[in-house]
Amino acid sequence: MSCAFLSVNIAQPNPLTSNRHSTNAIKLFSPSFLGSTRKLRPHSLSKSLPSPSKSLRSSVFAVSDVVKELKSNLLITKEEGLELYEDMILGRAFEDMCAQMYYRGKMFGFVHLYNGQEAVSTGFIKLLRKDDCVVSTYRDHVHALSKGVPARAVMSELFGKTTGCCRGQGGSMHMFDKEHNVLGGFAFIGEGIPVATGAAFTSLYKRYVLKEADSDAVTLAFFGDGTCNNGQFYECLNMAALWKLPIVFVVENNLWAIGMSHLRATSDPEIWKKGPAFGMSGVHVDGMDVLKVREVAKEAILRARRGEGPTLVECETYRFRGHSLADPDELRDPDEKAHYANRDPITALKKYMIENKLVNESELKAIEKKIDEVVEDAVEFADESPLPPRSQLLENVFADPKGFGIAPDGTYRCEDPKFTQGTAHV
Amino acid sequence: MSGIVRNKISAFSVQSLQRVGPYALSLRGYSSGAKEMTVRDALNSALDEEMSADPKVFLMGEEVGEYQGAYKVSKGLLEKYGPDRVIDTPVTEAGFAGIGVGAAFYGLKPIVEFMTFNFSMQAIDHIINSAAKSNYMSAGQISVPIVFRGPNGAAAGVAAQHSQCYAAWYGSCPGLKVLAPYLADDARGLLKAVIRDPDPVVFLENELLYSESFPVSSEVLDSSFCLRIGKAKIEKEGTDVTITAYSKMVGHALKAAETLSKEGINAEVINLHSIRPLDRQTINASVRKTNRLVTVEEGFPQHGVGAEICASIVEQSFNYLDAPAERIAGADVPMPYAANLERMALPQVEDIVRATKRACYRSEPRAATA
Repeated sequence: MSCAFLSVNIAQPNPLTSNRHSTNAIKLFSPSFLGSTRKLRPHSLSKSLPSPSKSLRSSVFAVSDVVKELKSNLLITKEEGLELYEDMILGRAFEDMCAQMYYRGKMFGFVHLYNGQEAVSTGFIKLLRKDDCVVSTYRDHVHALSKGVPARAVMSELFGKTTGCCRGQGGSMHMFDKEHNVLGGFAFIGEGIPVATGAAFTSLYKRYVLKEADSDAVTLAFFGDGTCNNGQFYECLNMAALWKLPIVFVVENNLWAIGMSHLRATSDPEIWKKGPAFGMSGVHVDGMDVLKVREVAKEAILRARRGEGPTLVECETYRFRGHSLADPDELRDPDEKAHYANRDPITALKKYMIENKLVNESELKAIEKKIDEVVEDAVEFADESPLPPRSQLLENVFADPKGFGIAPDGTYRCEDPKFTQGTAHV
Repeated sequence: MSGIVRNKISAFSVQSLQRVGPYALSLRGYSSGAKEMTVRDALNSALDEEMSADPKVFLMGEEVGEYQGAYKVSKGLLEKYGPDRVIDTPVTEAGFAGIGVGAAFYGLKPIVEFMTFNFSMQAIDHIINSAAKSNYMSAGQISVPIVFRGPNGAAAGVAAQHSQCYAAWYGSCPGLKVLAPYLADDARGLLKAVIRDPDPVVFLENELLYSESFPVSSEVLDSSFCLRIGKAKIEKEGTDVTITAYSKMVGHALKAAETLSKEGINAEVINLHSIRPLDRQTINASVRKTNRLVTVEEGFPQHGVGAEICASIVEQSFNYLDAPAERIAGADVPMPYAANLERMALPQVEDIVRATKRACYRSEPRAATA
C-alpha cells in the first residue's frame, strides 16, 4: 500500500531510492492537500487503519471540489492567468486552423485535434521547466505548443515542409523536439508510456549513478482512456512505482477511443483506482477546468521531483471534434457533446478571471488577436517553406550513416558525395 | 475440398478476364453476367457469407461492430449477427489476438482484424509463437484455424509507424499462410478460402484498394466461390519479361505493362496472391518462358519478397535468365511524412517501366529521374 507523504518510513530494497527525502520537504506538504482529506473515499482496508489525518493510508482522493473551497484565495495571479489563457487560446486557434488547412488539402494523412482538452495540456505543461520531458500520443500538436515548440515549426511539420520540427519526416503524429524535450508523438497508443518511463528512469540514473545532484527532471506521459486497457500501461505503472520514478501518468479520459466508448471497453471505468493497485496515488480531476488540473498537477509534479514516486492522474475531459478529421463522429450522443461544450475550459477560465476581477475583457481580446496573428504567421511561413529536397529522403536513417553499407568501389556508400542525391535505388 | 471443384469453373471465367485484363472497361459490354464490385464490398460479402454458413466463425477487432469497421469492411455485420459474433475489443492487440488464438485452439474459427498490420506488431508474439508454431509443437493435435486480417502497407500521408508492409516478415515464418489479394474477386475468393482453412492465415489487404472497383463475373458472386491458396495468377500473359507483384503493386505493374507494350515490350504480369506458400512453380515456368524477371513490392528491400523470388529463380531457373533479375521495392527508409518524399519512397509506374527496360537491355540510366 502506498502512502503519499511519509514514504520515508517504508523500507525500500532498491538502492536508487535511498537518501532521497528531506524531512523539510515532507513538512511543507503534509498532511492535508487543499481539502483532499475531506473527500477521502472510503477504502475497505481503511477501517482497520488509523484516522485519515495520520500517515499510512492509500492516497486515493478526489479533488473536484478544490476550486470551490478556495474562492476566497485566488488560485492564480494575473500573470499566471494570462499565461494560461494565452496557451489555451493558442491550442484552440491552432487546431481550428489545422482543420481548415486539412480541408484545403494542405495537410494530409491522419490529423487528430485537441479541441476541448486544452485545460489538461495547459494545466500540466505550463508548470514544467525546460528540461522536463513530455511524451504524448498522436494527439500531440498542443502538447508540443504548450511545451514551447514554436507554432511555425509545428505548422510546417504538418504541411510536410522541410522547416518543420522534424523536417517534414514525422508529420502530425510524430512531433519530436530535442530542445524543448518533447519526446514524441507516437502513433500506437501505449507506445509512449514505456518511453516516458525510460526518460524518468534516466533522470534518476543521472542523479544516483552519474552523481549529477541537480538532476530532478520530471516526465509527463499523456495518453487516453483506450490506452488504459493496454498491457504496456500496467507494466509501466508497476515499474514506475517499484522504482519510484519521477513521472506523472496523465490520463486524458475523453470517454471515447475512436468509436469505442470507454464504458464498453473497460471492466472498471474508474482509471484513477488503478494507481493504488500498483502502490501509487491515483487522482481524479475535472479536466475541463484548468485551475483544478493545475492544482493537482502542482502536487503530482512536486511529488515526482522530490523523489517520492509516480502519480496517476485521471482527467475527465472531452474532445469536441471527432477522433481525427477523417472520423464522421456518428456514435457520440449530441447531448453529451452539448454537455461538455458548456464546460468549455477557455470560457470557464475567462469567466473565472473576469468575475474575480483579475483582468478585463480588452486584455483577453488583445491576447486572442495576438494569437490569431501568430497562427496566421505560422500558416504563411509553412506555405512559403520549401518541400523537402530529394536528397533528404535518405538522410537521418542512421546517426552514423555507415549503416548503408559498402559501395561497389569499396568505400562507405555514405561517403560518396552523390549518396544523398536520393537515388533511392535498390 | 469443394474449393478445387469451384476453382475449375472460376478459372474459366478468370481466363476470359486474363485475356482482356482487368483494366479494360470494355468488359462491361462483354457479357451480361459482369458487374463491378469494390474490394471493400467483396470482403464484406465474403465475411457475411462465411459467418452465415458456419456459426463457429466470429469477427473480433477494434471498431468492427458499432463503428461498422475502421474502414467499413465489416459494415452491417453487427446488425446481422449481433454483438456475440461481431466483437468490439478494447485497444489491446496482444490481448485480443491471444484470445483469438485461444478460441481457435478450442474449436472456434476467429477472424481477428487489426486496424492496420502495423498494430499487429503489438500482437506478433501471438501470431508467431502461439498460432503459427502450435500445430508443429503439438505434433498435429492442435490446429489453429484463425485468420488475421487487416490493411497492410502504405496509405497516404500516414508516416512511418502506419506504413510498413509486413508481407516479408510474416512470409518468412513456417506455420503461417500469408496471402495478399488485389482484385475484388481475389479478395472474395481468397478470404472465403482462408476462413475455411484449418491453419493460421495472415491476410494482407490494402487500404487504398478498398474503394477500387473491379468487374466480377457471376461465378465470383456464388457463395461457394473459393480460390486456391498457394496459386499465383497470371494477370496478363506476355513473352518478353516477367513482372511479379502483389497487392496494390499489381495495378502499377499492369499500368507499366500497358506503357511498355506501346514500346514493343510484351510483359507478363503475375499476381502472386500467396506470399506463403510462394507459387515457385508458376513464377519459374514464366521466367523460363520469358527469360527475364522484375519483382515489384512495396515493402523494404532487404530480405523482401522480391529477394526470395530472385533466389528461387537463381536456384531453379538460372540457365534460363538472359539478364540479371531486377528488384523494385520501397525505399530503404522509414516512410517519410512529406508528400513528395513519400512518393519517392514508394515504387511508381515509371520505376517499373525503367527497371523493365533495363532488364530488356533497352539502356535506361540507373538513377531515378522523377
